[in-house]
Amino acid sequence: MIDRPQILVQILSQQPKLDNSQQWLKDLRSEASDRLNYLQFPTTKDEEWRNNDFSDLNKLSFGSESGSAAKSDRQISEALNPIDFLDAHILPESAESLITFIDGHYSPQFSALEGLPTGVFIGSLKNFTKLGIDLSDSLSPHLGKYADAKDYFVALNTACLDDVAVVYIPKNLFEPSDQFSDRLPNQLTVQLLFASHIAEISQPRCLIIVEDGGSLNLVETYIGRETEGRETSYFCNVVTEVYLGENARIDHTRVQRENSSAFWISNCAIAQHKSSSYTNNSIVLGAKKSRSNLYIHQLGEFTETNLNGLTLIDGDRFADTHSAIAHNFPHGSSQQLHKCIADARSHCIFNGKILVARGAQLTNSKQLSRNLLLSPKARIDTKPQLEIFADNVKCAHGATISQIDADELFYLQSRCIDLESAKKLLTYAFAAEVITQIPINSLRESLNQFVIAKTND
Amino acid sequence: MIVENSQVILSVKNLRAEVEGVEILKGVNLEVKAGEIHAIMGVNGSGKSTFSKVLAGHPDYTVTGGEVIFMGQSLLELPPEERSRAGVFLAFQYPLEIPGVTNADFLRLAYNTLQKQKNLPELDLLDFDDLVQDKLKIVEMNPSFLSRSVNEGFSGGEKKRNEILQMAILEPKLAILDETDSGLDIDALKIVSSGVNQLANPHNATVLITHYQRLLNYIVPDFIHVMDAGKIVMTGDKELALELESRGYDWVTAEIITEKITDKITEIITDKITEVKA
Repeated sequence: MIDRPQILVQILSQQPKLDNSQQWLKDLRSEASDRLNYLQFPTTKDEEWRNNDFSDLNKLSFGSESGSAAKSDRQISEALNPIDFLDAHILPESAESLITFIDGHYSPQFSALEGLPTGVFIGSLKNFTKLGIDLSDSLSPHLGKYADAKDYFVALNTACLDDVAVVYIPKNLFEPSDQFSDRLPNQLTVQLLFASHIAEISQPRCLIIVEDGGSLNLVETYIGRETEGRETSYFCNVVTEVYLGENARIDHTRVQRENSSAFWISNCAIAQHKSSSYTNNSIVLGAKKSRSNLYIHQLGEFTETNLNGLTLIDGDRFADTHSAIAHNFPHGSSQQLHKCIADARSHCIFNGKILVARGAQLTNSKQLSRNLLLSPKARIDTKPQLEIFADNVKCAHGATISQIDADELFYLQSRCIDLESAKKLLTYAFAAEVITQIPINSLRESLNQFVIAKTND
Repeated sequence: MIVENSQVILSVKNLRAEVEGVEILKGVNLEVKAGEIHAIMGVNGSGKSTFSKVLAGHPDYTVTGGEVIFMGQSLLELPPEERSRAGVFLAFQYPLEIPGVTNADFLRLAYNTLQKQKNLPELDLLDFDDLVQDKLKIVEMNPSFLSRSVNEGFSGGEKKRNEILQMAILEPKLAILDETDSGLDIDALKIVSSGVNQLANPHNATVLITHYQRLLNYIVPDFIHVMDAGKIVMTGDKELALELESRGYDWVTAEIITEKITDKITEIITDKITEVKA
């Protein structure tokens, strides 16, 4: 056994009482707990964590055990109504299919689940259990099966697993008769909203299951309250697992807007079966330090994966995105566009791996990493990584890091637009290419506003 | 058209400019009056495109001498956006793509900036759309191009049409078209030329920069200038283009050399005569 880092001791000591949960969950937890005994806290010496020093996380001291401090926190929580900062992030498109977790706990008050089709389950796992709904048979084959169990932070999340945000869409929910109507095929829009309000640690866990032929439009939003005067650090460690059955389709949008002193680590793993289509739009705008791991496993022929990513940070923030797409079967396709915009002294990292297994013939894969430096002190590291073992595939990749193009600026200036506005417009445009991919109007609009406000700073 | 006593729009005197320490323009002289269409021709590398970029204020070029007076005002001190707001328009040889900004937004921003400059009301989405729909006809452009990103995925011809559309919206005093005919098939060339002809009027002026005579079949210039090694070395009417087309630019060079030799010989002979007289 190795010495447990400070953070781990603290987190495990604060675990909620978990005794009344089901056996399969207990097993999952204890397995992860055991694994933590030999997993090392990642350091810059690990290849996957190069340039990526999260040791600050260990220096944080979370929630002193003394009762008085805890109490005053509770008083703060009563004084602050979370609605004020939640409201702006609740999407009207999914007003009736919203799950909110505040500080890691399901909030029925800020969740709304109405008129869901029969067979669809959306909500908190704990709450389902409380209501006498047993989803074990549907969930246990998936939970903990896709995320990398050997990842330190996945293990940490699983070891403390208390509740799960569940979205379950059963087989062939919508009748094929819909295809003749003018409307788009029925697609549920669901929002999972995770707010860090006052707690110092939260470990959200999401399980998304869309069975054969199902379709889902999913938004995951991570927000943190900006505290005035007092800079509170907190740590959000999220694990999301997504399953797509045959011919299933998911549009998955993730937005991270944690506050400026937060640590955010995300592991998102996707299992895609035959002929399924998965699109991920990941937007990273917040946190002091963030790390996002995105793993796609193509587990059948003719699977299609689209990844769009945007990181836009300033100050001395740090944001790292690692993605890996594993093509394991023939006729798979993937398309990835990742963009970073680094201002001030911020530092962005992108590491995009494309794996093509020996059997994955006729894979068609495209990856493009485009990066924009807005300040001389900002830094961007980008690394496309292709590992190809099949001999009949098409794989294209490219990476650019640049400042705003002088010729583009001149073009705009020669159309009456002044230099400052031209810079803003081009920065906005750079970000907009990713934002426009998001299939939800209100979210697209609010992100556009955010980017415009940022470029006007 | 040449109009008697019309206003001088552009007056360039002995303009010299360099890029990265290499002198490209070596004393250009040009006067353009309202209503006129000028063509500047010349071989690749003669300085035609540099001249157009210097007029528009491209930051890569350093002006080392001479002056440029536009409507009575010196241009050279102004940043590019103020030149364009004053009424100088450069249609680019290679229009840039701006993914993420729709053509409509771009056009409206440019138009409204100009309106603000002139203390005129800015147009909202609907009013601007009316204006654009009207202008689209000039270049026979499909309205669907408005909702696409600026020039992204446009063909060569579509990009050039888009340049003329911008010109139609900004209504410049002086339009400089840099190799607008390059990369156009005959149909696109006709549409673009017709657009330029529709926009030319007795109050504005056009400078066409081109390599080929072909464009001048559709836009008939009042003056043709031949540029060589950073200078305008010959000026003539539209017949000059035909002569150039049939005899090639070498002919101009030969003409200049002949002229220079003649000058030199005359000089020597004059000297001799003076000497002998003495």
